[in-house]
Amino acid sequence: MSKPKLVVIGNGMAGIRTLEELLQLAPDQYDITVFGAEPHPNYNRILLSPVLAGEQAFDDIILNPLSWYADHGITLHLGKTVTQIDRRNRVVRAADGTEAAYDRLLLATGSSPFILPVPGKDLRGVISYRDIFDTETMIATAQLKQHAVVIGGGLLGLEAANGLKLRGMSVTVVHLGDWLLDKQLDIPAGKLLQASLEQRGLQFLLAHQTAEIAGNAAGEAVAVRFKNGTEIPADLVVMAVGIRPNQALAESAGLYCNRGIVVSDALQTFDPRIYAVGECVNHRGTAYGLVAPLFEMAKVCANHLAHLGIGQYKGSVLSTKLKVTGIDLFSAGDFMGCADSEDIVLSDPAGGVYKKLVIKDDQLVGACLYGDTTDGAWYFKLLKEGRKINDLRDHLMFGESSIGDAGTQGQNRAMAMQDSDEVCGCNGVCKGNIVKAIKDKGLFTVDDVKKHTKAASSCGSCTGLVEQILMNTLGSSFQETPKTKAVCGCTDHNHGDVRRVIREHHLLTHQAVYQFMEWRTPNGCATCRPAINYYLLSTWPKEAIDDPQSRFINERAHANIQKDGTFSVIPQMKGGVTNASELRRIADVADKYAIPMVKVTGGQRIDLLGVKKEDLVNVWADLGMQSGHAYGKSIRTVKTCVGSEFCRFGTQNSTQMGIDLETMLANMWSPHKVKLAVSGCPRNCAESGIKDVGIIAVDSGWELYVGGNGGIKTEVAQFLCKVKTAEEVKEYSGAFLQLYREEAYYLDRTVHYIARVGLDYIKARVVDDSANRKALHERLLFSLEGLRDPWAERIAGKQKHEFIPLKVLA
Amino acid sequence: MNAITTPNWVQICALDDIPPLGSRVLQRESGNVAIFRTADDSVFALLDRCPHKGGPLSQGIVHGAAVTCPLHSWNIDLASGEARATDVGCARRFAAKVEAGLVFVALH
Repeated sequence: MSKPKLVVIGNGMAGIRTLEELLQLAPDQYDITVFGAEPHPNYNRILLSPVLAGEQAFDDIILNPLSWYADHGITLHLGKTVTQIDRRNRVVRAADGTEAAYDRLLLATGSSPFILPVPGKDLRGVISYRDIFDTETMIATAQLKQHAVVIGGGLLGLEAANGLKLRGMSVTVVHLGDWLLDKQLDIPAGKLLQASLEQRGLQFLLAHQTAEIAGNAAGEAVAVRFKNGTEIPADLVVMAVGIRPNQALAESAGLYCNRGIVVSDALQTFDPRIYAVGECVNHRGTAYGLVAPLFEMAKVCANHLAHLGIGQYKGSVLSTKLKVTGIDLFSAGDFMGCADSEDIVLSDPAGGVYKKLVIKDDQLVGACLYGDTTDGAWYFKLLKEGRKINDLRDHLMFGESSIGDAGTQGQNRAMAMQDSDEVCGCNGVCKGNIVKAIKDKGLFTVDDVKKHTKAASSCGSCTGLVEQILMNTLGSSFQETPKTKAVCGCTDHNHGDVRRVIREHHLLTHQAVYQFMEWRTPNGCATCRPAINYYLLSTWPKEAIDDPQSRFINERAHANIQKDGTFSVIPQMKGGVTNASELRRIADVADKYAIPMVKVTGGQRIDLLGVKKEDLVNVWADLGMQSGHAYGKSIRTVKTCVGSEFCRFGTQNSTQMGIDLETMLANMWSPHKVKLAVSGCPRNCAESGIKDVGIIAVDSGWELYVGGNGGIKTEVAQFLCKVKTAEEVKEYSGAFLQLYREEAYYLDRTVHYIARVGLDYIKARVVDDSANRKALHERLLFSLEGLRDPWAERIAGKQKHEFIPLKVLA
Repeated sequence: MNAITTPNWVQICALDDIPPLGSRVLQRESGNVAIFRTADDSVFALLDRCPHKGGPLSQGIVHGAAVTCPLHSWNIDLASGEARATDVGCARRFAAKVEAGLVFVALH
């Protein structure tokens, strides 16, 4: 049987990107035919400005060479304009008579420059700025002629003007508005930009409306006249006053258009066989002219073309950068502000720096930066996330580095970094490697960079820096990592979807999840399997059955693997309290099994390092102690100080509180590791401020803090509430941890979970709603009830094969 | 010299001694061998050393016909021993088969 036919009209960035996404999802699903009106393979239109400026050659900006089409068996018709879509017979026809039948049709016809309807618009020397032909015309004209006039002081107009100036022409930019980039900048930033461009020799006529382009007898443009009666000489006139979606073809086929081809959230037109992406579409009333939304559309559209049917495009929040070397500006969101918004402004005109942040309802809603844009990516992230910024407000203007700490401070220095500077400390990747990979391999996302360079693929603390480098290297084609990203390559569903489906449909096994959610792999991968295993166990305790093969080795062997393949053993010492008998047994075990290192841990326990796997069960038996769970996504330890029993400052018995909590939480699995601490007074010797749950005793009771973290990025725990009794400490802590266990995504620490849902939400569920708190606490106790110490189980013979190596019988 | 070698099949264990989507390690003087069982009961054998930093592949998570090294998450193809893109490297492989519920590996 022959494959269904997919025809793509438009060989530009949107159409081809959709094909690339589709080929990844379903490489052999369609016979694909592409029509392109231009005689070139797909090139990176947003890099035309560097070509005009002489910084890159056309060959450098080709995204898909002809061989790419051949390699994927795509029939390519270059230089052929499709003039008719016959929907009844499902055939498209090009001007030269070429026909192609389709089962699915993708329209990616892009947009056209808007040409001012003034007299003289058809004279020779009047052009727009859209494709490589226009660019080449400008380059050729610059060698022969003197005066260029660019009509339009927007992004494209300024980039054209800058390029023409660098090519040696005298350039005047004519703009209707009162300041440059009036869609992207506010007045002060626009004025700074103008000053800086004037220094480069550009001239500006603001608030000027073009009336006419005057020509000579030979039909060539010679001057531009304005409504106010003045005129300036012009050998070349570039119109850059906006774009119009190319909808004529779709309209003639009877598809509903309204300032663009109208599409649904699935990028489907009113004919279900026909999809449309890119600048030609109108989605929820908006036609986009930047590249980032096109890529987002491409992903969703490919998902539907591949019959997966789950992607939704919900519109894009845009940010802008100007591709003029040496000029840094950034804007996003509602940077002009309105009556009920507030501005924070930093203005240093002499230094050429201006920053304005617009805040409304405690959220960042707009940003406009000029001169120093290093924090653009961070502001854009805050803006898209809609995060409450009251805790950051004092430092917001000074950027992310002012709120960061060890390990993350480099995040805003991407621009200033040398190529030889190290970005990823885990894998030893320098900025130069990353920039080269982005350029050579055409990478667009952080995930791409991770795959090709390994940067940010280990601890992840340099992800922000990598994102910055991407943004600086790509300019406006930068594509931010989607916030709700897929669990792994096996699926397009995100963690939230998986959790919800397991709960709503009462799924109990891995296979049920793979089938229900149409996993692409038969049995998942090392990324999704542990997550699903946790979701099943935490959602359906006592019903779902643990799958040891879906656990990382540490949780299978109940010990921590070391770089030489040996393991470390940490027995439980509740609250950090031990005794002579335990210590004697530990010493004996260390001797008997020739354990190379015995170390005191940060969690107030003793670590036996370098134990051979086949000795583990015997070591546990000889120790006669319980597992300390120092290897799992689980409860780890409750650190304590000596408290009121001995300390002269202690206000409560913090040691016993720690022991009680550790007893309550024994054998608890969680999305990530969970650490607690109890301090006996506000001197906080147990470091409660950097624990998932930190408790500080005061004379009148106990203060509870949540979401602290001493790891990759130190996070101070936030105050949850104050309670009076030890029983309340257990109930509140347990309820908070159960909420985290039920709702957090796998591998999110409590700090990440709280950042996602907000502390207010936690307080509402745990502190304010006492019935809910009790229910949460009960569910925790229910799921922990009956769990046995994993070491004892294995001493009794469980999972024996894990610990016994095979031998060749002689 | 006769250069033809017939595989030296050695019986290792019963198929059921290896959990599905799991592995066992075979201890040898000349380097341990990891023996894997996939969901469809195929068996594969690789030298128990990840080509990256020597991690014990036998301790990794098995998925499809690949294993993820427990140390730095390289994905190694069980059939070829090759690291999956974009990593580059190869773990030595041994022929392996199941006959009558018993696992045999061709140890050279």
